[in-house]
Amino acid sequence: MDEEPKTDSEPKLTVSSSPHIYTTESIPKIMYSVVAALMPAFIGALYFFGWRALWLTAIAVLVSIVTEAIIQKFRKVDITVTDGSVIVTGILLAFNLPAGVPWWIPAVGAFFAVAIGKHAFGGLGFNPMNPALLGRAFLMASWPVHMTTDWTNPHGGTLSGLAAITGSTPLAVVKDAMKDISDGVNVEGAQSVLESTRDLYFPLFWGRVGGCIGETSVLLLLIGAIYLFYKRYIPYQIPVAYIGSVIIIAWIFGGEGYFSGDWIFHVLAGGLILGAFFMATDMVTSPSSPKGQWIFGLGCGVITMVIRLVGGYPEGVSYSILLMNLLTPLLDRYTRPKVFGA
Amino acid sequence: MLHILQKTFKGGIHPPENKDISAAKPIERLPLPGYVVIPLQQHIGKLSEALVQAGDDVVTGQPVSKASGFVSLPSHSSISGKVKSIESFPHPLGQKVPSVIIEGDGEDRMSEQIKFQADYMSLPPDEMKRRITEAGIAGMGGATFPTHVKLSPPQDKPIDTVILNGAECEPYLTADHRLMIEHTEEIVEGFRIILRILGVSRGIIAIEKNKPDAIFLFEKFTKDDPNLELLPLKVKYPQGAEKQLIFASTGRRVPAGKLPMEVRCLVHNVGTAKAIYEAVAYQKPLIERVVTVTGAVKEPKNIRARIGTPLRNLIEFCGGFVGTPGKVIMGGPMMGVAQYTIDVPVIKGTSGVVVLPSEQVREMRLQPCINCGRCVKVCPMNIMPNLAATYIENNLWEEAKSAGALDCMECGSCGYVCPAGRNILHNIRFGKFMILEQEKASKN
Ligand code: SF4
Ligand code: SF4
Repeated sequence: MDEEPKTDSEPKLTVSSSPHIYTTESIPKIMYSVVAALMPAFIGALYFFGWRALWLTAIAVLVSIVTEAIIQKFRKVDITVTDGSVIVTGILLAFNLPAGVPWWIPAVGAFFAVAIGKHAFGGLGFNPMNPALLGRAFLMASWPVHMTTDWTNPHGGTLSGLAAITGSTPLAVVKDAMKDISDGVNVEGAQSVLESTRDLYFPLFWGRVGGCIGETSVLLLLIGAIYLFYKRYIPYQIPVAYIGSVIIIAWIFGGEGYFSGDWIFHVLAGGLILGAFFMATDMVTSPSSPKGQWIFGLGCGVITMVIRLVGGYPEGVSYSILLMNLLTPLLDRYTRPKVFGA
Repeated sequence: MLHILQKTFKGGIHPPENKDISAAKPIERLPLPGYVVIPLQQHIGKLSEALVQAGDDVVTGQPVSKASGFVSLPSHSSISGKVKSIESFPHPLGQKVPSVIIEGDGEDRMSEQIKFQADYMSLPPDEMKRRITEAGIAGMGGATFPTHVKLSPPQDKPIDTVILNGAECEPYLTADHRLMIEHTEEIVEGFRIILRILGVSRGIIAIEKNKPDAIFLFEKFTKDDPNLELLPLKVKYPQGAEKQLIFASTGRRVPAGKLPMEVRCLVHNVGTAKAIYEAVAYQKPLIERVVTVTGAVKEPKNIRARIGTPLRNLIEFCGGFVGTPGKVIMGGPMMGVAQYTIDVPVIKGTSGVVVLPSEQVREMRLQPCINCGRCVKVCPMNIMPNLAATYIENNLWEEAKSAGALDCMECGSCGYVCPAGRNILHNIRFGKFMILEQEKASKN
């Protein structure tokens, strides 16, 4: 009956395959929620590190956006800067920098993160590693002095969080003390430093210690994380496995003898909270199968603690996540759940 | 196990139900259409063979085609009048199908064989089955598998439990719901006939909890029958899917790639049970069914329509479209089929006609997978839809198969939840087709 002329009133119907209805969730919604979840920590950063935190973050975000737009313009594809993912990358990169770095550090880092970390691999969804962390790793390799010494004192506190010690972040202080003890130099002083980590719980929790721009306040980061859990944008498996394994390893191996480590300190200090809730959970670069997510989190925890306790750096969060990112495709592939009835 | 206690299955989604649009509307009879289009294929299986020719006079209920094998079904004229032609006609499931087009005479002269027989329950099971076969009944939940085939399990696969599917988990649809509250007794009788034919003493009536009125009525009609058990189910899509329903009701898992009889179960839809009752007690063939017409139409309704009625008549009976229609879906919005013309007829499996306004029709947003894992979480078959779809996009058929693509029941949950708007199910369907083609090719 195709020959019959269709009248004007005949509706033009769309034919596409099922399902015909969809969730209201979208990539921009998810990404802007992550941006919103990072805001408490950002406001905290303004309080602790002053206007510098704002400038450095603004530069990182701006350069990220411009880099993405230019690359997409050149490749003649849709410009997707409004989906929010590049903004997340910019903020996370800035959050992983000391507040005292010169302005071009976030600019170069953001460019590298977006151009190499994201678009060299094909853009959102195809990048194997977290672009912000890759940007940071590039900066660490290229300008290690800026990246490891440009700390500034947080508002109302000292870099180490301890009145007696200056010039180092808490994790570095503890790492030095552990080294002193094993080397047999200044053992008593080192022991008293290790004991004083207990006094650091509150400053670490609140954020009044030295560290990267966005990593210092556990409280403010947790507020954002709770929001993301509530929206179901991050799986619980990764942070639970990550922080859980840090706790166990820190408790067993983190002290002078076995089973005496200050695990609370290891959870609160450094970038663990930022990493476990906001970077290890990056959807693109972490597994989508629940079992894979457990293993991923566990791997992050183990590698972080190996670096913190025996490696050359005081902090191991970002490298551990980058390493586990590389395993993500394998984890997804080999942790497939059993098909129903199989 | 937790999932059994909750009477549900793992995974699934909660799309907006939108059932209140039509749930309170009693079933209305559609005026006789001027003509009907009876496709020779309204079921899974072989095309039936036409028994009439252009010019023949037919009465309501008269067979116009006969089954062409065991897995095939006859079709019947749903009105009285004259056969205009037998021609290839657009079919709601896609392709064009040879169909008998009958011009009505408006008299609705009934076939003489249709009459009530009070002692139908004492008929021998073989006679019951014969009547069901002749009535041309196909599964009315939408799967349209010939019912008499399901009622003839092989000797070595005994059935011990039959489940009556009143879940109606598709959003928007209320046809089964209305049927359950307006025809409770007939449905229960039909269910008893099924149990009698199979010689099974355990029948479970499974209804989602969002239909408390139906649960109440079934309670009333079954409470004295020790063989029948009422099972309220958690509201979740796709609760009515066969394997998920069997798991929720009995805790048994149908093995991948196998049929329910593998675990001694059988599932029948409530509409099918009513058709079975009419076939056995009245010798009435399947010539009408209840269809929910809803969404962007002026007055959504539950309509009893003759098989073969053009969808156009149903939409006009509901006052026409509201605004510009974007999609007309036969079936529910999760598993239904979008139509390109509303001239296609109602067939045995038409549970609903859902009109989505053009604003609700989404443009394809071809964004890449962000590996968020939502599809993994909701897939009731425990497939990783993101992986399966990616393998298929890259022509990795073997990988797709080992990822479970063939076990996909096409519920659409993965596509529903994907924030990237990826048409995962479309990919998997294509993959299934390609995997089967490859297997065929390698066998030859
Ligand atoms: S893969 Fe198939 S069974 Fe799984 S959610 Fe998607 S459509 Fe449903
Ligand atoms: S829901 Fe969509 S974006 Fe998320 S993992 Fe599945 S396919 Fe990828």
